[in-house]
This record gives sequence, structure tokens and C-alpha cells, in this order.
Amino acid sequence: MATLPKSGTDEFIKGLWKENPVFVQVLGMCPVLAVSNTAMNALAMGLATAFVLVMSNIVVSSLRSFIPKQVRIATYILIIATFVTVVDYLIQAVSLDLYKALGAFISLIVVNCLILGRAEAFASKNTIARSAMDGLGMGIGFAFALFCLGAVREILGNGTLFEAQLFHDSFQNWVVMILPSGGFFTLAGWLLLFNWFKQRKARREHATTLGLSKETV
Amino acid sequence: MSQTELASRPAPPSIWHMYRAMVGVGVVCGLLIVSVFQVTLPIIERNKAEALQEAIFHVLPKARTSSTFRLDDEGGFKALDGDGAGERLVYAGYDDSQELVGLAVEAQGMGYQDVIRLIYGYSFAEEAIIGIQVLDSKETPGLGDKIETDPAFLQNFESLDVSLRDDRTELANPIVPVKHGTKTNGWEVDGITGATISSVAIANILNGSAQAWMPRIQNKLTDFKGGE
Repeated sequence: MATLPKSGTDEFIKGLWKENPVFVQVLGMCPVLAVSNTAMNALAMGLATAFVLVMSNIVVSSLRSFIPKQVRIATYILIIATFVTVVDYLIQAVSLDLYKALGAFISLIVVNCLILGRAEAFASKNTIARSAMDGLGMGIGFAFALFCLGAVREILGNGTLFEAQLFHDSFQNWVVMILPSGGFFTLAGWLLLFNWFKQRKARREHATTLGLSKETV
Repeated sequence: MSQTELASRPAPPSIWHMYRAMVGVGVVCGLLIVSVFQVTLPIIERNKAEALQEAIFHVLPKARTSSTFRLDDEGGFKALDGDGAGERLVYAGYDDSQELVGLAVEAQGMGYQDVIRLIYGYSFAEEAIIGIQVLDSKETPGLGDKIETDPAFLQNFESLDVSLRDDRTELANPIVPVKHGTKTNGWEVDGITGATISSVAIANILNGSAQAWMPRIQNKLTDFKGGE
């Protein structure tokens, strides 16, 4: 599987689904659990992370021959922290309400292991274009996953989606879904679903190869 | 370790290369941060000033214009030019005919998670707090943050008694939090079930701030008249 050379599009698509940072790699759980209480917060956090991921991947990749191995982690963190600070100021300039809602978690993008992980595992070994595609795919995959969690939590916990009322007034909100424990429940549900899909696919592939080998025999 | 083993290892990069990478990246990153800061600073400050202005008009619904006053060392209030920020400030609100509607005062104190910052409106005519708005809080979503959304709780602050004792030095009755549904007096704050700590925190913040500000403000009513 890894032997085939991948195109830029493959690098982009793998992050969305097959190697989704949240549902498959289970990376960056701190913001996933903490800031996914509403769809809007989740989406904003996901997009902020995606921006930092793309920019840091591009810079790390373009400096990959300039940075000696011994100081790479410190330099990567410096680059990531810079873009996080930039995002922090930009969000404050765009909307103070959004800034208030995301709070401390913007600064914590720095320590999101997904970003350092991509810089170390991918961007430091690949071309700028491929790194940008990888960052974009992973970033959008991350934002998508956060949105999946945020939407479920907001719908059940608050009866709304993007603050639009979905149910009749008699709907009793499941407050637990908005609280931290709701993050774990929802994440568990999504992981269950993803693993079920994966196993079903694996079973089918297994069955087809068995069927094929019988035919050949 | 033998000579051949040493020779076969790749040469480590020179110290100069490491410095060059780290200092170079550091300088460029620093420049980037400073330039983004410079570009966004006026926008952020404008956003903050607008948010504060909105909050003042929210807690003083009848106000149409406002001006900022600072408490000076002699205990008097002086109007500030433009928007000030910082300690010892109050914001006076005026209606269309330049009549003083009331004052907006900022206060803060410890909540459940972190410091809660709020602004409240004070009416001279009613000797009461006539509205509050939370400016900054990290209370638990869905529970503690009801202090910003719960209509029954916010009703407490449509007219919360902060009148002074006859000697004008102290509140006649301190603001006290009470259990939900047991409010009987104008100076009590009806709590929220499930957000006890946050709602008690609001009552305590208001009490602390009112105890400090009310005797100073009510004795200086003339300082604010006909501002603008």
C-alpha cells in the first residue's frame, strides 16, 4: 500500500477519511473534547487548526534542508506557535464573541500533537506542494471531525444547530452532552461507527480474496 | 569506540548551523507576529470599544450617549476625553435630551472556573441596579453560563435595591444570594439551581462593587449632570 507513489490529491484525500486525524488516528483529543460543545465553536476551532497546520507544513517543508535534525522539534514548535499567535489576533479582530467562546483553546493549538506530528512525519520529508496538500487534507479532516462532534452535541444538548431551534419547546435538553462527559460519549459513538465501517470493509475484502483464491484453485 | 566506527558516523552539523536555523526562524517569526499585531491592534481595540459601548447601552436601556468618568484622589469624578479604559472608571449614560439616565460600572470577581467580568447599570432615580451584562466568563457551558441567559435569573437585576443607609456611607442592605424561589426582598438575588456557585459569584461581585462604589457615586450626583 505504501509502496505506490501518491499524487497530491491522494495526500489530500487520505486526511479526510482513511487517515482522519480524529476518527482514525485519534490525535489532538484536547480540543476535540473541549471545544466541540456547539457546531459553531467546533467548526471555528477546526478551521483555525487547519490554517495553522497548512501554514506550518508549508514553512517546515520549505525549510527542511535548512533545519538541522538536532534542533528540529524546537524550531517546529516556534513556527507553529507563531501561526497560532497570528490566528489568535485574527480571531480577535474578526469576532470578540468567537474569541470568548474558544478562549484558551486557541493558544493550545500549539501543543496539538496533530500539527507537530504532521511537521515531523510528513512535511520534513516531502515537497512543499505535497506538504500543503497533506496539511489541507488533515486540517479539513480535523475540522470535519470536530464539526461531527459539535453538531451531535449541540443538537442533543441544546436542541439547536448553529443556534437555530430544531425541536419543539417540549424537548428536554440533554445537558450532559454539552458537558465534558458528553464529548467522550459522542466521540465514542463516532469511533464505534468508523470502526464498524472499517471492519465491515475488511471482512468484505477478505471474503472477496477468499472467493478469488478458490476460483483460481 | 574504534577509529573506523567514529569515521563512519555522519558528521554532526556545526553549532553555527543550529544557531542559524533557530535564530533565523526566531527572528522571522518575531517579525511576523509583530506585524500581525500592529495590523490587528486598531481593529481589536475598536471591537472592544464597540462591545463596551453596546454593553453600556444594554445595562442602561434608555441611554443614547455615554461619557467616561474617572474617580480622582479627592473622591470627585472628572470626565475623560475619548474612550478611557482601566481602573476607577464609570460610564455615565444620557438620554436624547442629555438628561442623566444612570451609570454603568464594571466589576469582576472569581466565578466557578475563572474570573467573571461584568458591567451593571445603576439608576439614581431608583437607587437600584437596573441591568447587568457579563463581559467575560468561562463558566461551564450549559450550567454556569446560565448567568448570562437564564431569564428568571436576569430578572433579579431589573431592579436590585442598592439604596444607602441614612448616613450615606454604606448600603442599607448588602446584596445577598438566596436559594432559587426564596427571594422576598429587593436586595436579594434569586439563585439558579444547577449553577449555584456561578449565581452566588454574581451576587458577591455585585455586592463587593456596590459596597465600594455606591457611597462614592450617590454623594457625587452633580459631577455627572449635563456631561457631554
